[in-house]
Amino acid sequence: MKFETPAGINPIDQQKVIGQPASRLEGPLKTTGTAPYAYEYHQAAPNPAYGYVVGAAIAKGQIRRIDRRKAQAAPGVLAIVTAADVGQLPPGKFYADRLLAGPAVDHYHQAVAVVVAETFEQARAAAALLKVTYTQTKGAFDLTAAKDTAIVPKQGEFGGAPQTKVGDFEGAFAAAPVQLDATYTTPDQTHAMMEPHATMAHWQGDKLTCWCSVQQLNWGARDLGTILGIPQENIRLISAYIGGGFGGKGTALSDLVMASLAARAAGRPVKVALTRPQIFNNTTHRPATIQRIRLGATPDGILTAIGHESWSGNLPGGRTEAATASTKLLYAGANRFTELRLAVLNLAEGNAMRAPGEATGMMALEIAMDELAEKLHMDPIALRIKNDTQVDPEKPERPFSTRKLVECLQTGADRFGWSKRVATPGSVRDGQWLIGVGVAAAIRGAPITTSAARVRLNRDGIVTVETDMTDIGTGSYTIIGQTAAEMLGVGLDRVVVKLGDSAFPQSPGSGGQWGAASSTSGVYAACLKLREAVAKALGLNPAETQFANGQVLAGKRSYALGDAAKAAELVAEDTMTYGTLAKQYAQDTFGAHFVEVGVHRYTHEIRVRRMLAVCHAGRILNPKTARSQVIGAMTMGVGAALLEELVVDKQVGFFVNHDLAGYEVPVHADIPHQEVILLEDLDPTMSPMKAKGIGELGLVGVAAAVANAVYNATGVRVRHYPITLDKLLGKVNLT
Amino acid sequence: MKTFTYERVRTPAEAAAAAARTPGSKFLAGGTNLLDLMKLEIETPAHIIDVGKVGLDKIEPTPAGGLRIGALVTNTDLANHLPVRRDYGLLSRALLAGATGQLRNKATTAGNLLQRTRCPYFYDTNQRCNKRVPGSGCAAIAGFSRQLGVIGTSNACIATHPSDMAVAMRALDAGVETVKANGTTRTIPLAQFYRLPGQTPHLETILEKNELITAVLLPPPVGGVHIYQKVRDRASYAFALISVGAIVQKDGTGRIAVGGVAPQPWRVETAEQLLPAGAKEFTAQLLQGARPTKENAFKLALVENTVAAVLNEARH
Ligand SMILES: Cc1cc2nc3c(=O)[nH]c(=O)nc-3n(C[C@H](O)[C@H](O)[C@H](O)COP(=O)(O)OP(=O)(O)OC[C@H]3O[C@@H](n4cnc5c(N)ncnc54)[C@H](O)[C@@H]3O)c2cc1C
Ligand code: SF4
Repeated sequence: MKFETPAGINPIDQQKVIGQPASRLEGPLKTTGTAPYAYEYHQAAPNPAYGYVVGAAIAKGQIRRIDRRKAQAAPGVLAIVTAADVGQLPPGKFYADRLLAGPAVDHYHQAVAVVVAETFEQARAAAALLKVTYTQTKGAFDLTAAKDTAIVPKQGEFGGAPQTKVGDFEGAFAAAPVQLDATYTTPDQTHAMMEPHATMAHWQGDKLTCWCSVQQLNWGARDLGTILGIPQENIRLISAYIGGGFGGKGTALSDLVMASLAARAAGRPVKVALTRPQIFNNTTHRPATIQRIRLGATPDGILTAIGHESWSGNLPGGRTEAATASTKLLYAGANRFTELRLAVLNLAEGNAMRAPGEATGMMALEIAMDELAEKLHMDPIALRIKNDTQVDPEKPERPFSTRKLVECLQTGADRFGWSKRVATPGSVRDGQWLIGVGVAAAIRGAPITTSAARVRLNRDGIVTVETDMTDIGTGSYTIIGQTAAEMLGVGLDRVVVKLGDSAFPQSPGSGGQWGAASSTSGVYAACLKLREAVAKALGLNPAETQFANGQVLAGKRSYALGDAAKAAELVAEDTMTYGTLAKQYAQDTFGAHFVEVGVHRYTHEIRVRRMLAVCHAGRILNPKTARSQVIGAMTMGVGAALLEELVVDKQVGFFVNHDLAGYEVPVHADIPHQEVILLEDLDPTMSPMKAKGIGELGLVGVAAAVANAVYNATGVRVRHYPITLDKLLGKVNLT
Repeated sequence: MKTFTYERVRTPAEAAAAAARTPGSKFLAGGTNLLDLMKLEIETPAHIIDVGKVGLDKIEPTPAGGLRIGALVTNTDLANHLPVRRDYGLLSRALLAGATGQLRNKATTAGNLLQRTRCPYFYDTNQRCNKRVPGSGCAAIAGFSRQLGVIGTSNACIATHPSDMAVAMRALDAGVETVKANGTTRTIPLAQFYRLPGQTPHLETILEKNELITAVLLPPPVGGVHIYQKVRDRASYAFALISVGAIVQKDGTGRIAVGGVAPQPWRVETAEQLLPAGAKEFTAQLLQGARPTKENAFKLALVENTVAAVLNEARH
């Protein structure tokens, strides 16, 4: 089915099942520990051995020699695989990183070898006996130092144009009566998902099956095929349950590659999990940025000039962190300029992490707006409302499909009690705590893309959905089940959802905030076909047939749904594809974040006291799972604001704090009551589902709202994340 | 992890003797620190002596009016023990500020005192670290040192001792009771228990090889207001940036030990005479001679501010 014109009324609009707060279908499996994750398929393949990845001990250089004698002789060892055995492997398509080092080492903890043994303990012990000697060469690890070597990169597959210009930015900025010119920095961050990267690989002849933890399965199979030099058709990836990914498990990473190589070498299925300390430097992360923002405004707060430049670094061939993406769309302003620059750094690969580019850029832009509001003596919400736009500011002929940013801000302001805010910083106290409130706008693109599904109906009226969409803890199982239930007029208890198998029809997987909207639309298309098949099987006219309460109705005739499959199971498959609506309309999601913080008067510890998010994100397919996505994202935003930083050791060239003791993410005690308001929105330009993603929107802007609250509490403007107490010490005026 | 042998002993003397018998042995208590270090091959004992069942899990009053805390008493039991909560509130609060409920259920009194530093370079066996590999250098001094020590450190090592409990024990003038392999026992004041790193940061206490901790002794209670203020970036489940353990009397005198700044809980008795004069005077004396790095210099001001907070709280 091709979606080319805005959707009219369709069965989804009934919202009998869709839009209801159904609990996660797989929830009981997870809470009882019976949902198997990649490393836990104990019965799926016979007699698995264990692989342990050895990571490079240097950041840049050459492997001089690998002495494997001791490791080879260690108890239980079955095989050792290095580049000397399998040759140099090319990178896949999605990642630039080579997943096996040798002879060159490109970054710290890049996989150098995998040691395979009968048990995990034996493999780990033997891995420590592998003697690798290196020749080190000088690398670049410091973004600030490399900044001036950064170039404007070519436009990549993701992230939009690296450079955009509208009007005369320089002239308008120079002439602006009120100006803001400030530089902000965001650190490298890591996904810190619960489940480590893990794979069990099993070869049967030239066919490879991997139980793994991959967000985009068909891309994963594609990339693994490229890396191993085998046809994608020979690879089957299974990721039925994923213990979080946040963009850090996009396609093929070293666990997948090393397990496949290890299993081939050992002639047995092999399990490989990266250890927690390896994940930080071996896999990918959100890259650090330096961002310069210049805003020019009239005295009454109309933006006349918006300039945003951002610098980031990456391995050669790696992507640019598209930190200017939101700035292109968020506010009106006739004269605009955005630019991304990219330097070469010899750290692990920078790549997608939840709301890539947008979360990063909004950490800066939304502080800048707060700073500008203060210069203008304006309320920061009023400033944002004043510069709202209903058209793409870079292409005014292109309207937003739906955009209720103003309502988000106003609804939130009412609910949060924004009118009680004291604009003068450092004015409010509660015992030993200085209290402040902050606000930030949120915007996140709502991409939607080709997605396929298969639907089966059996004689008992059970509907089974199959697609290679993944559920990374987000609720995909549930919303896909709800979609099929709505379309076929049955309860959710009559639907079985099967996900996470690359043998199923292709979806775009979990990523880019496109998964929910895209995959449910694919299911919609397949269900339409199944409805036709049902009507046909029952001898009914499809146009007049209705599906409700487990019944199929046409005129006076009615059947149980399962009757249609009496003779044989009915199977329908379809792919939803898209026309040009995304070109005609700017399709985005919007929100507003409100935060109250306390800053301890003496220690300057910062604790969040209250959070509110208002979101406008298309049809809310399931308010419970949507809310869970948003509160999880708000939590991540608190981490970004106050805690999270991969610290670069600029001499050795690696992320030093590479475990969860050193890299702190929020714990329960850091997170207060969180409130989420979901504004009503049906966007018919998206798909028949009229839905958008929400999982990434919830993160965008949170950190800036926290930063603005810290400023309101203390009068200290911190432009360098994370905002830790040492950046406030000595600067807070305590009189 | 290196292969090791394992035995379980029944009495403290047996433990010390077993250790003397087998070179390269280590005592295992709760295992919450030792096992992690073994997995990373930072500790590589050839033999493990499990002391979990030696009967050192009681808290008893001493004839002097204090408490004798068995070396194997868990952090949870110690923190919840009624006389501890009543008379040594500082100790209870320090314990509860550390780690998590699950860890405290396993962690023991002796193991807590002997837990090793959390310096990130110590944890990465590819990096230079004098504490892990004597003579290899120290990657932290010119590297990432925000968490590390500002005083009592050396040019060989600037690591801190991460224990919260030990800070309270130091303020309480605790003593460490031990038994050696030859059966002799001794009590070491906590003030003398830890060594400063100097050029030998791998030697962390004055315990002899194979010497077993049997108990920690607390002198009779001293009254006063007990406050443990732990300062950290996140609200829970994090080691201290700095912590202040204080016992403050009505007349403004008191004792203060500080964590997160030194290779041992940092207490300077002579500085305590300045407590009535205020946080600034006291802290200046407490941290006299500090040699912070650029990244952790903030700890000096932070200690002063936190002492001020504690003194302020004690007054109210
Ligand atoms: C995630 C995490 C967070 C933590 N957070 C904190 C925190 O915030 N604050 C804090 O203070 N601590 C914290 N800890 C550390 C924790 O307190 C220690 O791991 C624990 O106290 C060690 O006790 P144990 O009994 O498990 O020691 P073990 O690991 O069994 O032993 C530690 C050492 O002591 C030796 N040993 C044990 N008993 C004896 C004895 N009787 N005689 C001689 N030697 C002995 C062992 O040989 C070993 O060298 C944390 C630990 C973890 C893992
Ligand atoms: S500070 Fe001490 S523990 Fe840390 S790297 Fe240096 S020597 Fe090792």
